[in-house]
Amino acid sequence: MDLRVEFAGLVLKNPIITASGTFGFGLEFMNFGDIKRLGGIVVKGLSLKPREGNPMPRIAETPCGMLNAIGIQNPGVEAFVRDKLPLLPWRETAIIANLYASSVQEFGELTGVLAGEEGVAALEVNVSCPNVHTGGAAFGQDPTQIRKVTEQVKKCAAGKPVIVKLSPNVTDIGLCARAAQDGGADAVSLINTLLGMAVDIRTRRPRLANVVGGLSGPAIKPVALRCVHQAAKAVDIPIIGIGGIVSAEDALEFILVGASAVEVGTANFLRPDQSFRIIDDLPRAMLKARCKSIDELRGTLDVSR
Amino acid sequence: MVVRNCREVKVRELRFLGAWDGPSDFVELTLENPGWDGYRPGQFAMLRPSGWGLDLTWGRPLSISRADAESVTFFFQVVGRGTERMAALKAGDAIIIWGPLGNGFSAPPDTPTTLLAGGMGLAPFRGYIERHPTPEFLRLVFAHRPDLDCYPYAAMSEKVRAEEVRERTPDDLPVVIERIETAVRETANGLVLACGPTPFLKTVQQAARTHGVRAELSLESRMACGVGACLGCVCKDGGDKHVQVCARGPVFKADDVRL
Repeated sequence: MDLRVEFAGLVLKNPIITASGTFGFGLEFMNFGDIKRLGGIVVKGLSLKPREGNPMPRIAETPCGMLNAIGIQNPGVEAFVRDKLPLLPWRETAIIANLYASSVQEFGELTGVLAGEEGVAALEVNVSCPNVHTGGAAFGQDPTQIRKVTEQVKKCAAGKPVIVKLSPNVTDIGLCARAAQDGGADAVSLINTLLGMAVDIRTRRPRLANVVGGLSGPAIKPVALRCVHQAAKAVDIPIIGIGGIVSAEDALEFILVGASAVEVGTANFLRPDQSFRIIDDLPRAMLKARCKSIDELRGTLDVSR
Repeated sequence: MVVRNCREVKVRELRFLGAWDGPSDFVELTLENPGWDGYRPGQFAMLRPSGWGLDLTWGRPLSISRADAESVTFFFQVVGRGTERMAALKAGDAIIIWGPLGNGFSAPPDTPTTLLAGGMGLAPFRGYIERHPTPEFLRLVFAHRPDLDCYPYAAMSEKVRAEEVRERTPDDLPVVIERIETAVRETANGLVLACGPTPFLKTVQQAARTHGVRAELSLESRMACGVGACLGCVCKDGGDKHVQVCARGPVFKADDVRL
């Protein structure tokens, strides 16, 4: 079985990447598996300056999923480069930095800080966070802005692959993927969380201090598959599939509709070794899908009737 | 001082040995030995019954009540979907568990130490009392609303000086607060350890400040991961910065946390 995948200038030993915000900086999971075995790690969203994030409560469990409104709490890009990156096994596994900023110019500055870091394999541009009031999804819902941000990051990335993470909270995901491609993106990743809400009838309060938050987990997998399917038809650049993946079978479903790799997010909360278990289980799931390599399965969905 | 425990943490699948025959909403859950006899009282674990499907997303953070070479015990109250389903487990059922997590309470020998427990906050003190090098220095003050029979109080009161105070109606609240404040005041030069609901902890924190008594507070929080990744369980530290209850706590020096 060949688990290797190559796309957008990245060579990954398998298609399983941990998703931003669900795997810390990777170091938090070293007790639960050998993080060098992961195809890649997308670290917690980074901003130019440290951010305290949103008030509590920030998370709520929902059927087959969860809502979060963390608000990109992070120590800032410089602390990441200084304190976290040197501890990560970046020679063995792809460390992908996730970027958050509130203006096109700030995205450029942030990219500039990371562009020269040998340990960073690629940049994932977050134009889709639903939990911050400036930037984030405000960019992700406007194809013109997606293209501008992508162009700016690409310009400052010194050749590092640029992945644009797209929001599903749009009318036409294909249009957004196309905007990223037009801006020079090397790949797109999708989907970020769906905007959602939960309330408590006893207290008559929202369950999140931010009132609304991002829905993730198995509940959103059908939406995610549909989005990846539509994006795959709209663009030629590689796609990283994200949304509700908890098993090797789930991962292969995204490959089947056209993804080059996948990100595993909320499943890391089911149990902290879940991403490693998915990798262990991939060969068995590939037997089921009757493929010897990931490449052989990619984009082979048969929609004929 | 709050000391960190450095034991190896792994995900294990353990068999459920049995629960006590108490009131149905109060569950004492004993699992086969995970090798945690070196845990530090105050630490917690994440539990997820193997039979849970995908409809429940997170494990549940529970304070370790006691552990020895044969077993580990948790004590919890049914408060929602997860704990309801954990209460319905049968002997032999498997549970996915990761821990021990977080830090624990200080346990200085030969130091007058007052354990202040509010309701389910009694749980971690069971193991604390069992393991303390000089239990004759310990005093337990237990504030509760439901009947005393709902808690493993009797077994604990045999081992240390213990007293309880019950809040039957809201009118009893001033009496409970007075007992907490008195207990803190009487621990001058000693150590106060508290575990319970946030209003209870606030009372302890305030009293400790007023009387200049050293205190540690064990916080509870909703958690998704329990290992410091999701940032869903933060509280504010003394400098008003968000810190994770799971990774930096759950036990904090009273001065290091804003409630």
